Amino acid sequence: MNAATNPHVNYILRLADGSLVLAQRLSELCGKGPALEPDIALTNIALDLLGQARLLLSHAGTLEGQGRDEDALAYWRDAKDFLNPTLCELPNGDFAQTCLRAYCYVSWQAVLWAQLPQSSDAALAAIAAKSCKETRYHCEHLGDWVLRLGDGTAESHARMQRALDYLYPYTNELFDSDATDEAAAAAGLGPLPSTLAADWQAQVLPLLTEATLSVPATVPFHSTGRRGVHSEALGHLLGEMQVVARAHPGAHW
Amino acid sequence: MSFSAEAAWRVLGGVPDPEIPAISILDLGIVRVVSCEDDRVAVTVTPTYGGCPATEVIREDICKALQAAGAREVAVTVQLTPAWTTDWLSEDTKARLKAYGIAPPAVRAGQAQPLRFRPRIRCPRCESAHTEQLAAFGATACKALFRCLDCLEPFEYFKPI
Repeated sequence: MNAATNPHVNYILRLADGSLVLAQRLSELCGKGPALEPDIALTNIALDLLGQARLLLSHAGTLEGQGRDEDALAYWRDAKDFLNPTLCELPNGDFAQTCLRAYCYVSWQAVLWAQLPQSSDAALAAIAAKSCKETRYHCEHLGDWVLRLGDGTAESHARMQRALDYLYPYTNELFDSDATDEAAAAAGLGPLPSTLAADWQAQVLPLLTEATLSVPATVPFHSTGRRGVHSEALGHLLGEMQVVARAHPGAHW
Repeated sequence: MSFSAEAAWRVLGGVPDPEIPAISILDLGIVRVVSCEDDRVAVTVTPTYGGCPATEVIREDICKALQAAGAREVAVTVQLTPAWTTDWLSEDTKARLKAYGIAPPAVRAGQAQPLRFRPRIRCPRCESAHTEQLAAFGATACKALFRCLDCLEPFEYFKPI
């Protein structure tokens, strides 16, 4: 069965895939961070995101009722069946871009998690209440880096501004609502993404200003990852993430 | 042999946290419900962090310890609500963390502030508040790395969540 036929499953998969794909991106820093501490920090954040993804994927698999567990959903779907926002799959780029992308997404998660404990889906509410605490720490840590680099040296400022100019248009998608979101909102699963924009901006824009960064003008571009139409980057990411599971189907240790 | 819930709790009190063996999984506050029927024991635990790899080890340790004590079947269920918080660490547990060299949470969960306004964390060895954070994340998901600027020893800090 194509998961796209069930709006409830789709709604959960969008959140699960956002966490999973960003976890995979941040895991690329393992052993390659600019220094030991940020290396450990970003991979710790990746671990928390992976924890969210596992809970959400398991829940989606149960709702779907087709016998797919977290591993089946993570390793045996192709790019077109992944429903993460495009923002999460973009390459890490330099350290400024790595931190800013993660900051933009975890800040959005923070706004969403704060509302989901009221969800009509008790399992989703529990996952959100749990994740909320971890996400708050991610926001603080990544926000600190955005501030330090933005309001840092001429070089770090230029890199953070370049990252913001590149990434900011991809945040549009986080607030797009379509039929899946409308069905989810009508069923009391969660808020319409469009209603999250004001809270997200209230959190993010003051920090960007304090970091002496110029917020780019709004552009009409809207990415489409949440509908399964991705950038080229996702296929490469999945190729690496899925290769071992697909080379040795059913293997475990 | 039949098993009482009291006996099961006693056994669980002897199961150390795999990452911080100075405290037990009961001290950590992650065991929520224990129920027994004859020689079958059901244990409900809540994870500290959603992605904490120690959760799998804890599940195995619980099974092994209870089986060694005579339980025939052990079922471990993971429950997310209410979400675990460091506020559940007792004063005694915090004292043992400190004796083990880990600074316990300095504030209640939810009162954590951004890095630039964080409270001073006291060195678990010399009590000095003259310390600095080396890294926001440490060797495990639940800890951050600090350094004492008086005794110069590095130490870990158990983050409030």
